[in-house]
Amino acid sequence: MINNSKTGMTLIVKTITRLTVGLILLFGIYIILHGHVSPGGGFAGGVIVALSFVHLMLAFGKDVAVAKVSKNMASNLESIGAMMFLLIALSGFLGGSFFLNVLAKGSPFDLLSAGTIPLSNIAIGIKVGVGLFAIFLALVVLERAK
Amino acid sequence: MELHILLIFMIFAAIIAIEEKDLLSSVIAVGAVGFALCLAFLILKAPDLAITQLVVEILCLIILIRATINKDLPLVIEGRWIFNTFSTLGFIAVFLLFAWLALKELPGFGEPIMAVVKKYLQESVSKTGSVNIVTAVILDFRAYDTLGEATVLFTAVIGIMAILRRPGRKK
Amino acid sequence: MMLYFLCLVLFCVGLYGVLRKRNLIKIIIGLGIMEYAMNLFFVLLGYRFHGRAPIDAKDQGILNMVDPLPQAMVLTSIVIGLAVTALIISIAIRIYERYGTFDITKIKKLKG
Repeated sequence: MINNSKTGMTLIVKTITRLTVGLILLFGIYIILHGHVSPGGGFAGGVIVALSFVHLMLAFGKDVAVAKVSKNMASNLESIGAMMFLLIALSGFLGGSFFLNVLAKGSPFDLLSAGTIPLSNIAIGIKVGVGLFAIFLALVVLERAK
Repeated sequence: MELHILLIFMIFAAIIAIEEKDLLSSVIAVGAVGFALCLAFLILKAPDLAITQLVVEILCLIILIRATINKDLPLVIEGRWIFNTFSTLGFIAVFLLFAWLALKELPGFGEPIMAVVKKYLQESVSKTGSVNIVTAVILDFRAYDTLGEATVLFTAVIGIMAILRRPGRKK
Repeated sequence: MMLYFLCLVLFCVGLYGVLRKRNLIKIIIGLGIMEYAMNLFFVLLGYRFHGRAPIDAKDQGILNMVDPLPQAMVLTSIVIGLAVTALIISIAIRIYERYGTFDITKIKKLKG
Protein backbone atom coordinates (compact mmCIF):
# COMPACT_ATOMS: atom_id res chain seq x y z
CA MET A 1 0.00 0.00 0.00
CA ILE A 2 2.81 2.35 0.84
CA ASN A 3 4.38 1.85 -2.60
CA ASN A 4 1.17 2.51 -4.48
CA SER A 5 2.18 5.17 -6.97
CA LYS A 6 -1.33 6.25 -7.89
CA THR A 7 -2.20 8.22 -4.74
CA GLY A 8 -0.23 11.01 -3.15
CA MET A 9 2.73 12.94 -4.48
CA THR A 10 5.76 11.93 -6.55
CA LEU A 11 8.42 9.35 -5.73
CA ILE A 12 10.91 11.94 -4.48
CA VAL A 13 8.49 13.30 -1.89
CA LYS A 14 7.54 9.80 -0.80
CA THR A 15 11.15 8.72 -0.30
CA ILE A 16 12.03 11.81 1.71
CA THR A 17 8.87 11.40 3.77
CA ARG A 18 9.70 7.79 4.54
CA LEU A 19 13.07 8.92 5.89
CA THR A 20 11.92 11.90 7.92
CA VAL A 21 8.48 11.14 9.31
CA GLY A 22 9.77 8.84 12.04
CA LEU A 23 12.27 11.42 13.15
CA ILE A 24 9.54 14.08 13.38
CA LEU A 25 7.38 11.77 15.50
CA LEU A 26 10.37 10.97 17.72
CA PHE A 27 11.15 14.66 18.14
CA GLY A 28 7.56 15.32 19.19
CA ILE A 29 7.74 12.56 21.81
CA TYR A 30 11.07 13.97 23.05
CA ILE A 31 9.54 17.44 23.41
CA ILE A 32 6.60 15.99 25.37
CA LEU A 33 8.72 13.90 27.74
CA HIS A 34 11.23 16.66 28.49
CA GLY A 35 8.60 19.32 29.08
CA HIS A 36 9.62 19.95 32.69
CA VAL A 37 13.38 20.29 32.20
CA SER A 38 13.60 22.21 28.91
CA PRO A 39 11.39 24.44 26.75
CA GLY A 40 8.48 22.62 25.23
CA GLY A 41 5.80 20.60 26.89
CA GLY A 42 2.55 18.96 26.03
CA PHE A 43 1.16 21.64 23.74
CA ALA A 44 4.16 22.05 21.43
CA GLY A 45 4.96 18.33 21.38
CA GLY A 46 1.36 17.40 20.67
CA VAL A 47 1.24 19.73 17.69
CA ILE A 48 4.50 18.22 16.36
CA VAL A 49 3.06 14.70 16.69
CA ALA A 50 -0.04 15.84 14.81
CA LEU A 51 2.18 17.42 12.12
CA SER A 52 4.00 14.12 11.55
CA PHE A 53 0.71 12.38 10.73
CA VAL A 54 -0.37 15.34 8.58
CA HIS A 55 2.94 15.01 6.72
CA LEU A 56 2.24 11.33 6.11
CA MET A 57 -1.23 12.14 4.82
CA LEU A 58 -0.04 14.91 2.49
CA ALA A 59 2.66 12.74 0.95
CA PHE A 60 0.97 9.35 0.63
CA GLY A 61 -2.70 10.24 0.35
CA LYS A 62 -5.32 9.78 2.99
CA ASP A 63 -5.57 6.00 2.96
CA VAL A 64 -2.14 5.34 4.46
CA ALA A 65 -2.63 7.79 7.29
CA VAL A 66 -6.13 6.51 8.02
CA ALA A 67 -4.72 2.97 8.17
CA LYS A 68 -2.30 4.16 10.86
CA VAL A 69 -4.81 6.16 12.92
CA SER A 70 -8.45 5.73 11.99
CA LYS A 71 -11.21 8.12 12.96
CA ASN A 72 -12.62 5.91 15.72
CA MET A 73 -9.15 5.38 17.12
CA ALA A 74 -8.55 9.15 17.06
CA SER A 75 -11.70 9.91 19.00
CA ASN A 76 -10.99 7.09 21.46
CA LEU A 77 -7.43 8.32 22.05
CA GLU A 78 -8.64 11.86 22.58
CA SER A 79 -11.13 10.69 25.18
CA ILE A 80 -8.37 8.67 26.83
CA GLY A 81 -6.17 11.79 27.02
CA ALA A 82 -8.94 13.86 28.55
CA MET A 83 -9.84 11.15 31.08
CA MET A 84 -6.17 10.69 31.99
CA PHE A 85 -5.77 14.39 32.71
CA LEU A 86 -8.92 14.35 34.83
CA LEU A 87 -7.72 11.26 36.71
CA ILE A 88 -4.43 12.99 37.49
CA ALA A 89 -6.43 15.95 38.74
CA LEU A 90 -8.64 13.70 40.88
CA SER A 91 -5.64 11.86 42.31
CA GLY A 92 -4.83 15.08 44.12
CA PHE A 93 -7.63 14.18 46.53
CA LEU A 94 -5.30 11.55 47.99
CA GLY A 95 -3.39 14.46 49.48
CA GLY A 96 -6.39 16.62 50.18
CA SER A 97 -7.26 18.87 47.26
CA PHE A 98 -7.91 18.99 43.50
CA PHE A 99 -4.78 19.12 41.29
CA LEU A 100 -2.42 18.52 44.21
CA ASN A 101 0.97 17.15 43.24
CA VAL A 102 0.92 13.93 45.25
CA LEU A 103 3.83 11.96 43.80
CA ALA A 104 7.42 12.26 44.98
CA LYS A 105 9.22 15.30 43.60
CA GLY A 106 12.63 13.78 43.07
CA SER A 107 15.68 15.90 42.49
CA PRO A 108 15.47 18.78 39.99
CA PHE A 109 17.11 18.51 36.53
CA ASP A 110 16.29 14.78 36.36
CA LEU A 111 13.97 13.23 33.81
CA LEU A 112 12.04 11.38 36.51
CA SER A 113 11.17 14.28 38.74
CA ALA A 114 8.43 16.81 39.38
CA GLY A 115 5.72 14.38 40.51
CA THR A 116 2.64 14.41 38.32
CA ILE A 117 3.84 17.03 35.84
CA PRO A 118 5.35 14.57 33.29
CA LEU A 119 2.17 12.48 33.43
CA SER A 120 0.08 15.58 32.82
CA ASN A 121 2.37 16.50 29.93
CA ILE A 122 1.81 13.08 28.35
CA ALA A 123 -1.97 13.40 28.76
CA ILE A 124 -2.00 16.90 27.25
CA GLY A 125 0.26 15.76 24.43
CA ILE A 126 -2.00 12.85 23.49
CA LYS A 127 -5.04 15.06 23.68
CA VAL A 128 -3.70 17.97 21.61
CA GLY A 129 -1.97 15.80 19.02
CA VAL A 130 -4.86 13.46 18.35
CA GLY A 131 -7.38 16.29 18.54
CA LEU A 132 -5.62 18.38 15.90
CA PHE A 133 -5.12 15.30 13.71
CA ALA A 134 -8.84 14.56 14.02
CA ILE A 135 -9.60 18.14 12.93
CA PHE A 136 -7.39 17.72 9.84
CA LEU A 137 -8.91 14.30 9.10
CA ALA A 138 -12.39 15.78 9.28
CA LEU A 139 -11.41 18.66 6.99
CA VAL A 140 -9.92 16.33 4.34
CA VAL A 141 -11.82 13.06 4.47
CA LEU A 142 -15.32 14.02 5.41
CA GLU A 143 -15.47 16.84 2.91
CA ARG A 144 -14.19 14.71 0.04
CA ALA A 145 -16.68 11.95 0.76
CA LYS A 146 -19.60 14.05 -0.38
CA MET B 1 15.08 48.43 18.67
CA GLU B 2 14.82 45.15 16.80
CA LEU B 3 11.36 44.70 18.25
CA HIS B 4 10.24 47.98 16.64
CA ILE B 5 11.52 46.83 13.24
CA LEU B 6 9.85 43.45 13.66
CA LEU B 7 6.53 45.03 14.66
CA ILE B 8 6.57 47.44 11.71
CA PHE B 9 7.29 44.48 9.42
CA MET B 10 4.32 42.64 10.96
CA ILE B 11 2.06 45.66 10.39
CA PHE B 12 3.06 45.90 6.71
CA ALA B 13 2.60 42.15 6.20
CA ALA B 14 -0.82 42.36 7.85
CA ILE B 15 -1.86 45.24 5.58
CA ILE B 16 -0.75 43.24 2.53
CA ALA B 17 -2.67 40.22 3.83
CA ILE B 18 -5.84 42.28 4.22
CA GLU B 19 -5.63 44.21 0.96
CA GLU B 20 -4.28 41.59 -1.45
CA LYS B 21 -6.76 40.45 -4.11
CA ASP B 22 -5.40 36.92 -4.50
CA LEU B 23 -6.47 34.68 -1.62
CA LEU B 24 -3.41 32.41 -1.75
CA SER B 25 -1.04 35.41 -1.57
CA SER B 26 -2.90 36.82 1.38
CA VAL B 27 -2.72 33.47 3.23
CA ILE B 28 1.06 33.45 2.66
CA ALA B 29 1.28 37.01 4.00
CA VAL B 30 -0.48 35.82 7.16
CA GLY B 31 2.23 33.19 7.43
CA ALA B 32 4.82 35.98 7.35
CA VAL B 33 3.04 37.69 10.25
CA GLY B 34 2.99 34.44 12.23
CA PHE B 35 6.67 33.64 11.76
CA ALA B 36 7.64 37.23 12.65
CA LEU B 37 5.59 36.73 15.82
CA CYS B 38 7.62 33.60 16.53
CA LEU B 39 10.82 35.66 16.24
CA ALA B 40 9.36 38.32 18.53
CA PHE B 41 8.63 35.65 21.16
CA LEU B 42 12.25 34.53 20.95
CA ILE B 43 13.49 38.09 21.49
CA LEU B 44 11.08 38.50 24.41
CA LYS B 45 12.65 35.46 26.15
CA ALA B 46 9.75 33.07 25.73
CA PRO B 47 11.15 29.89 24.12
CA ASP B 48 8.11 27.75 24.92
CA LEU B 49 5.87 30.16 23.07
CA ALA B 50 8.28 30.35 20.14
CA ILE B 51 8.23 26.57 19.61
CA THR B 52 4.46 26.38 19.94
CA GLN B 53 3.84 29.37 17.67
CA LEU B 54 6.14 27.92 14.98
CA VAL B 55 4.43 24.54 14.74
CA VAL B 56 0.91 25.97 15.17
CA GLU B 57 1.59 28.42 12.36
CA ILE B 58 2.62 25.61 10.02
CA LEU B 59 -0.56 23.64 10.74
CA CYS B 60 -2.68 26.79 10.44
CA LEU B 61 -1.16 27.55 7.02
CA ILE B 62 -1.86 24.00 5.82
CA ILE B 63 -5.49 24.27 6.91
CA LEU B 64 -5.94 27.76 5.38
CA ILE B 65 -4.40 26.72 2.05
CA ARG B 66 -6.57 23.60 2.09
CA ALA B 67 -9.62 25.84 2.47
CA THR B 68 -8.73 28.38 -0.20
CA ILE B 69 -7.20 26.25 -2.97
CA ASN B 70 -9.33 25.38 -5.98
CA LYS B 71 -11.94 27.95 -5.06
CA ASP B 72 -12.81 30.57 -7.61
CA LEU B 73 -12.17 34.11 -6.54
CA PRO B 74 -15.32 36.14 -6.10
CA LEU B 75 -15.32 39.53 -7.78
CA VAL B 76 -16.47 41.66 -4.90
CA ILE B 77 -18.11 44.92 -5.84
CA GLU B 78 -17.93 47.27 -2.90
CA GLY B 79 -21.07 49.33 -2.50
CA ARG B 80 -20.97 52.74 -0.73
CA TRP B 81 -17.20 52.56 -0.68
CA ILE B 82 -16.46 56.04 0.70
CA PHE B 83 -18.98 55.99 3.53
CA ASN B 84 -18.04 52.52 4.77
CA THR B 85 -14.32 53.11 4.64
CA PHE B 86 -14.44 56.46 6.40
CA SER B 87 -16.73 55.26 9.16
CA THR B 88 -14.44 52.29 9.79
CA LEU B 89 -11.34 54.44 9.79
CA GLY B 90 -13.00 56.96 12.11
CA PHE B 91 -13.88 54.23 14.55
CA ILE B 92 -10.31 52.94 14.48
CA ALA B 93 -8.97 56.47 15.05
CA VAL B 94 -11.18 56.88 18.12
CA PHE B 95 -10.04 53.48 19.38
CA LEU B 96 -6.38 54.35 18.96
CA LEU B 97 -6.83 57.76 20.64
CA PHE B 98 -8.34 56.22 23.76
CA ALA B 99 -5.74 53.45 23.67
CA TRP B 100 -2.98 56.09 23.65
CA LEU B 101 -4.57 57.77 26.68
CA ALA B 102 -4.99 54.49 28.52
CA LEU B 103 -1.55 53.07 27.79
CA LYS B 104 0.06 55.80 29.90
CA GLU B 105 -1.38 54.17 33.02
CA LEU B 106 0.26 50.81 32.35
CA PRO B 107 3.67 49.98 33.83
CA GLY B 108 6.43 50.90 31.40
CA PHE B 109 7.94 48.43 28.98
CA GLY B 110 10.61 46.34 30.66
CA GLU B 111 9.49 46.97 34.24
CA PRO B 112 6.65 44.58 35.09
CA ILE B 113 5.05 44.61 38.52
CA MET B 114 5.29 40.83 39.12
CA ALA B 115 3.30 40.79 42.34
CA VAL B 116 1.94 37.24 42.03
CA VAL B 117 4.80 35.69 40.14
CA LYS B 118 7.42 36.44 42.76
CA LYS B 119 6.00 33.64 44.90
CA TYR B 120 5.83 31.27 41.94
CA LEU B 121 9.44 31.97 41.00
CA GLN B 122 10.71 31.33 44.51
CA GLU B 123 8.68 28.21 45.22
CA SER B 124 8.48 26.44 41.88
CA VAL B 125 11.50 24.20 42.30
CA SER B 126 10.85 23.33 45.93
CA LYS B 127 7.09 22.78 45.60
CA THR B 128 6.74 21.16 42.20
CA GLY B 129 10.25 20.01 41.30
CA SER B 130 9.85 21.37 37.77
CA VAL B 131 12.75 23.38 36.36
CA ASN B 132 10.72 24.94 33.56
CA ILE B 133 8.60 27.51 35.40
CA VAL B 134 6.07 27.95 32.59
CA THR B 135 5.28 24.23 32.78
CA ALA B 136 5.07 24.47 36.55
CA VAL B 137 2.55 27.31 36.25
CA ILE B 138 0.30 25.71 33.62
CA LEU B 139 0.31 22.20 35.07
CA ASP B 140 0.55 22.75 38.79
CA PHE B 141 -0.18 26.23 40.12
CA ARG B 142 -2.84 27.10 37.57
CA ALA B 143 -3.92 23.71 36.26
CA TYR B 144 -7.57 24.78 36.15
CA ASP B 145 -6.73 26.92 33.10
CA THR B 146 -5.37 23.85 31.35
CA LEU B 147 -8.46 21.83 32.26
CA GLY B 148 -10.60 24.57 30.69
CA GLU B 149 -8.38 24.60 27.62
CA ALA B 150 -8.78 20.84 27.24
CA THR B 151 -12.55 21.27 27.42
CA VAL B 152 -12.53 24.00 24.75
CA LEU B 153 -10.37 21.88 22.42
CA PHE B 154 -12.66 18.88 22.89
CA THR B 155 -15.70 21.03 22.12
CA ALA B 156 -14.05 22.44 19.00
CA VAL B 157 -13.24 18.95 17.67
CA ILE B 158 -16.82 17.79 18.30
CA GLY B 159 -18.14 20.94 16.59
CA ILE B 160 -15.97 20.43 13.49
CA MET B 161 -16.99 16.79 13.20
CA ALA B 162 -20.66 17.75 13.58
CA ILE B 163 -20.41 20.46 10.92
CA LEU B 164 -18.44 18.47 8.37
CA ARG B 165 -20.12 15.09 8.72
CA ARG B 166 -22.00 13.57 5.85
CA PRO B 167 -25.58 14.84 5.93
CA GLY B 168 -28.15 12.16 6.66
CA ARG B 169 -30.99 11.27 4.36
CA LYS B 170 -33.94 13.59 4.62
CA LYS B 171 -37.25 12.07 5.65
CA MET C 1 5.05 52.64 25.32
CA MET C 2 5.73 52.92 21.60
CA LEU C 3 5.80 49.13 21.37
CA TYR C 4 2.39 48.85 23.02
CA PHE C 5 1.02 51.37 20.55
CA LEU C 6 2.48 49.55 17.54
CA CYS C 7 0.94 46.35 18.87
CA LEU C 8 -2.47 48.04 19.02
CA VAL C 9 -1.98 49.34 15.46
CA LEU C 10 -1.49 45.70 14.40
CA PHE C 11 -4.72 44.86 16.24
CA CYS C 12 -6.49 47.65 14.34
CA VAL C 13 -5.31 46.30 10.97
CA GLY C 14 -7.06 43.05 11.83
CA LEU C 15 -10.11 44.96 13.06
CA TYR C 16 -10.28 46.85 9.75
CA GLY C 17 -10.25 43.54 7.90
CA VAL C 18 -13.08 42.15 10.01
CA LEU C 19 -15.24 45.27 9.74
CA ARG C 20 -14.65 46.26 6.14
CA LYS C 21 -13.98 43.16 4.03
CA ARG C 22 -16.73 41.06 2.52
CA ASN C 23 -14.80 37.91 1.74
CA LEU C 24 -15.17 35.25 4.43
CA ILE C 25 -11.53 34.16 4.15
CA LYS C 26 -10.44 37.78 4.61
CA ILE C 27 -12.57 37.98 7.76
CA ILE C 28 -10.93 34.81 9.11
CA ILE C 29 -7.50 36.29 8.33
CA GLY C 30 -8.45 39.48 10.17
CA LEU C 31 -9.49 37.46 13.22
CA GLY C 32 -6.15 35.65 13.11
CA ILE C 33 -4.21 38.91 13.01
CA MET C 34 -6.19 40.24 15.98
CA GLU C 35 -5.32 37.07 17.89
CA TYR C 36 -1.61 37.46 17.11
CA ALA C 37 -1.63 41.08 18.29
CA MET C 38 -3.37 40.13 21.53
CA ASN C 39 -0.90 37.34 22.29
CA LEU C 40 2.03 39.66 21.60
CA PHE C 41 0.55 42.34 23.88
CA PHE C 42 0.35 39.88 26.77
CA VAL C 43 3.95 38.81 26.37
CA LEU C 44 5.15 42.42 25.98
CA LEU C 45 3.57 43.25 29.34
CA GLY C 46 5.67 40.60 31.06
CA TYR C 47 9.05 41.45 29.54
CA ARG C 48 11.84 42.69 31.74
CA PHE C 49 15.06 44.39 30.68
CA HIS C 50 18.10 42.08 30.73
CA GLY C 51 15.86 39.28 31.95
CA ARG C 52 16.39 35.57 31.44
CA ALA C 53 14.00 32.99 30.08
CA PRO C 54 11.95 31.45 32.92
CA ILE C 55 13.91 28.20 33.09
CA ASP C 56 16.16 27.49 36.03
CA ALA C 57 19.83 26.81 35.48
CA LYS C 58 22.12 25.03 37.89
CA ASP C 59 24.58 27.84 38.48
CA GLN C 60 22.35 30.92 38.39
CA GLY C 61 19.83 32.38 40.78
CA ILE C 62 16.24 33.35 40.09
CA LEU C 63 16.83 37.08 40.42
CA ASN C 64 16.10 38.44 36.96
CA MET C 65 13.55 36.36 35.12
CA VAL C 66 10.83 37.60 32.80
CA ASP C 67 7.26 37.17 33.96
CA PRO C 68 6.16 33.54 33.30
CA LEU C 69 2.47 34.06 34.04
CA PRO C 70 1.47 35.80 30.73
CA GLN C 71 3.53 33.22 28.87
CA ALA C 72 1.58 30.40 30.50
CA MET C 73 -1.72 32.00 29.56
CA VAL C 74 -0.69 32.73 25.97
CA LEU C 75 0.52 29.13 25.58
CA THR C 76 -3.01 27.82 26.03
CA SER C 77 -4.44 30.67 23.97
CA ILE C 78 -2.36 29.79 20.88
CA VAL C 79 -3.64 26.22 20.70
CA ILE C 80 -7.23 27.32 21.31
CA GLY C 81 -6.80 29.88 18.53
CA LEU C 82 -5.81 27.15 16.08
CA ALA C 83 -8.86 25.04 17.00
CA VAL C 84 -11.19 28.04 16.69
CA THR C 85 -9.69 28.97 13.29
CA ALA C 86 -10.29 25.42 12.08
CA LEU C 87 -13.89 25.60 13.33
CA ILE C 88 -14.55 28.86 11.46
CA ILE C 89 -12.95 27.45 8.30
CA SER C 90 -15.16 24.38 8.42
CA ILE C 91 -18.21 26.66 8.66
CA ALA C 92 -16.87 28.66 5.70
CA ILE C 93 -16.37 25.48 3.64
CA ARG C 94 -19.98 24.48 4.30
CA ILE C 95 -21.18 27.96 3.29
CA TYR C 96 -19.16 27.71 0.07
CA GLU C 97 -20.70 24.34 -0.74
CA ARG C 98 -24.19 25.66 -0.16
CA TYR C 99 -23.99 29.04 -1.88
CA GLY C 100 -20.92 28.78 -4.13
CA THR C 101 -19.37 32.03 -2.92
CA PHE C 102 -17.43 33.57 -0.06
CA ASP C 103 -19.14 36.97 -0.38
CA ILE C 104 -21.24 37.59 2.69
CA THR C 105 -23.64 40.07 1.06
CA LYS C 106 -24.61 37.57 -1.62
CA ILE C 107 -25.27 34.93 0.99
CA LYS C 108 -27.76 37.23 2.66
CA LYS C 109 -29.53 37.81 -0.65
CA LEU C 110 -29.79 34.14 -1.41
CA LYS C 111 -31.34 33.50 1.95
CA GLY C 112 -34.22 35.75 0.92
